[in-house]
Amino acid sequence: MADLVIDREVLIEAPVGVVWRTVTEPDQMSQWFADRVELVIEPGAHGYMGFGDQGGPVVVETVDPPTRFSFRWNHPRGEEPAVGNSMLVEFTLTPEGDERTRLRVVESGHELRAWPDAEKQRYADEHRDGWGEYLDRLATLLAKRRSG
Amino acid sequence: MTAQADDELWSAIADPSRRRVLDLIVSNGAVSASWLAGHVPFTRQAVSKHLVVLEQAGLISRRKQGREVLYQVEAGRLDQAARALADLATQWDRRLDTIKRLAEAAHAENRKRNRDE
Repeated sequence: MADLVIDREVLIEAPVGVVWRTVTEPDQMSQWFADRVELVIEPGAHGYMGFGDQGGPVVVETVDPPTRFSFRWNHPRGEEPAVGNSMLVEFTLTPEGDERTRLRVVESGHELRAWPDAEKQRYADEHRDGWGEYLDRLATLLAKRRSG
Repeated sequence: MTAQADDELWSAIADPSRRRVLDLIVSNGAVSASWLAGHVPFTRQAVSKHLVVLEQAGLISRRKQGREVLYQVEAGRLDQAARALADLATQWDRRLDTIKRLAEAAHAENRKRNRDE
């Protein structure tokens, strides 16, 4: 799948098991993500994330302890989340020795929500490039053109 | 920016052919559809379609010059797009920082407990 991709990572001074629990346990998630997290950490499980008086459904996709965890969110209420109506958040945990873990998060799917299905599929089939870099490049070009 | 405006913007830029068209407009200033068609490997018709989508997303605007219609980039909207993307990234940076803080605190706590036992 291709799309607008947010791709960030952080190096944590803790073993992978500890990081895994921080990322996946609902009472921990409620400290770094939503105010209220109702979720069973099983593939296919439907849950809820509350942000103040707003919130929405979330569906777990991959649970592969202690290295991979992903869920979909921001899909319209009453719809099954799938490519095109939701954002996919994927966590990857990579141990670096016994005491250190690299945590990477990739969030994708932002632009696909507005697309007609046929176009989505074509795009998903043909392209995989993230385009954050593209926007940066374009903004730089634009700044140059303005000052020149 | 509203969520719907966001969606329009993202989908406008996500298509590589449209990016190519937008690129050409950004690098060359005000250009016509036929000029664009001469610089891309797809049809004039496809160029017109891409121009419509880019214009709807507010990324370009048109003006008449004599008998020609020229397209130019809307700098403010492009900046807005770059900023919106940066905001999303910043939000995730903050979340990752919180995870780091929580995990490192839990790890320190575990170590202390093991030492005490």
